[in-house]
Amino acid sequence: MLRYFLGRLGQTVLVLICISMVSFVFLRLTGDPAGLVLPQDATMDQMAAMRIQMGLDKALPMQYLQYLGHVLQGDLGRSIYSQEPVTGLIMERMPATMELAVVSMLAALAVAVPIGIVSALYRGTLMDNASMFFALVGISMPHFWLGIMLVMLFSVELGWLPTSGRGGWQHMILPATTLGLSLVALFARLVRSSMLEVLGQDYVRTARAKGASQLAVVGKHALRNALIPIVTVIGMQFGLLLGGTVIIETVFAWPGVGRLIVQAVMDRDYPVVQAAVMFLAAIFVLVNLVVDMLYIWLDPAISYHRGQA
Amino acid sequence: MIAGSSPISSVVAAPANGSRWLAVLADVTRSRSALAGSFILVVLLLTTLLGPLVWTVDPVAVDLTQRFSVPVWAEGGAWLHPLGTDNLGRDVLARLLNGARISLLVAFSTVIVSMLVGVTLGVVSGYFGGHVDSVVMRIGDIFLAYPFMLLTISIIAILGPSLVNLILVLALSDWVTYARTIRGSVLSVKTREFVTAAHAIGSSHTYIIGRHILPNVMAPVLVLGTVRAANYIIWESGLSFLGMGVPPPTATWGMMLAEGRNYILNAGWLITLPGIAIMLTILSINLLGDGLRDVFDPRLKRTLK
Repeated sequence: MLRYFLGRLGQTVLVLICISMVSFVFLRLTGDPAGLVLPQDATMDQMAAMRIQMGLDKALPMQYLQYLGHVLQGDLGRSIYSQEPVTGLIMERMPATMELAVVSMLAALAVAVPIGIVSALYRGTLMDNASMFFALVGISMPHFWLGIMLVMLFSVELGWLPTSGRGGWQHMILPATTLGLSLVALFARLVRSSMLEVLGQDYVRTARAKGASQLAVVGKHALRNALIPIVTVIGMQFGLLLGGTVIIETVFAWPGVGRLIVQAVMDRDYPVVQAAVMFLAAIFVLVNLVVDMLYIWLDPAISYHRGQA
Repeated sequence: MIAGSSPISSVVAAPANGSRWLAVLADVTRSRSALAGSFILVVLLLTTLLGPLVWTVDPVAVDLTQRFSVPVWAEGGAWLHPLGTDNLGRDVLARLLNGARISLLVAFSTVIVSMLVGVTLGVVSGYFGGHVDSVVMRIGDIFLAYPFMLLTISIIAILGPSLVNLILVLALSDWVTYARTIRGSVLSVKTREFVTAAHAIGSSHTYIIGRHILPNVMAPVLVLGTVRAANYIIWESGLSFLGMGVPPPTATWGMMLAEGRNYILNAGWLITLPGIAIMLTILSINLLGDGLRDVFDPRLKRTLK
């Protein structure tokens, strides 16, 4: 167990290092850092002096180490646009993004798991077919479109909810629904198929043969095992959610990291883009580490030997 | 959604031949969702291909006298612009048709490119194993570590938005999905008797891969390609919506939504119509993909039976 954990931790660190390398390369591809610091009319000599001062005359691996050192100290560079430190810009907006992502995830699970279970138990009934059809329609909708449609209905037509911005819980409803709905569809389908598979297993049949009630069979035997695949997918979908916030935050003018990224792309503010992307990717990797640990705790049958990730 | 009953496990077990594909086709036609999906998809494809020949209005022609013409079914609508016009008086029907062309082009090209890269690397990785395998799969892990949307955005930020860049970026971000799937299949196929036999009679690696391995591992990848195509369309529209897709004046569905968003108060059709177009396309691909998966996944089928 400990060995698996350490191995997994090492792997995570390795991936984080790779992510920082990719960010570093992307950052260098998007412009000469000395040019970004100096005014446009700087002379060649000034440029050369600045390059030496910033360590850009050193070999690329040395430059990377220097960059990594800064990153580890929490220095992600400065915005070209506002000259503010990027770390501050990201930290200011991080709570809004995390709030949106976590609420969407929890809401999606709360709705999807019961739907999936009921669909599996009453497979082939009208209820099952209807919810699976809606799930299919759900994953077939671009969620930013759904968001605009919800604004049209609930904010413009009915005037019940605010159209955009962050504030009380009312502001949360539309963005979280929009972001969560695509996940509801996905999770419901997954819970259903995983539940169906478990219900066909021998131990469930044995439990039934012993005369266990439906509730006991589902609650004790089936559900726990059926939810294991869901846990892994939650980790992966969290990445989708973080990516999704980029668009949803734009739709709802939600003041999070996603909107920061989009604005930075528009302003060609590359240091901000790369730093924010690196930050979200790192969070995603760490979330997946936690999820993997959770997975082992849920299913003792999984071997701790190095297998397929 | 329950597919037919012929023994599909033979698809993976036996070496390739023509009749096997016929059996698969028969199974697909027995799946109701696959049929419905293919039907809508064929209609969409025909509309996309033939539409611009029938409806020859220029999708980028601005006519400020015709701003916000309502669709024909609304009060005051006219057949001059059956689906109305946008804020610059451009014909929505013509723009939708053009958007369909872009979306399908992007989806199709992305599937081809990422499948080509993914299948090549996956086969090489699974077949040769060892260091090659480790290196390819670790590189894949890095790609998977990035949330998809973020990876595409950070590359688009460097390359700048264009049709070719969009396809390359989507393909680059998704080859791992194919590589992993096919690597798994290759691992199981390469230990089978007919591969061992081919080794024994001295067949070259290229011959074994082309003749024995590939035909037996392509089925799941083709299903995967179908399913992923739906995602590419969603991502393409999302990136266009953010202004990182195909740049204007080319009309894309995502861009139409981004522009229409400013007029939800008085011109709702600018939002509803492109959205419905995207949804119908994705829905048909998903229906087809679901059907194909039922047919190709014997394990799932047994559970459903």
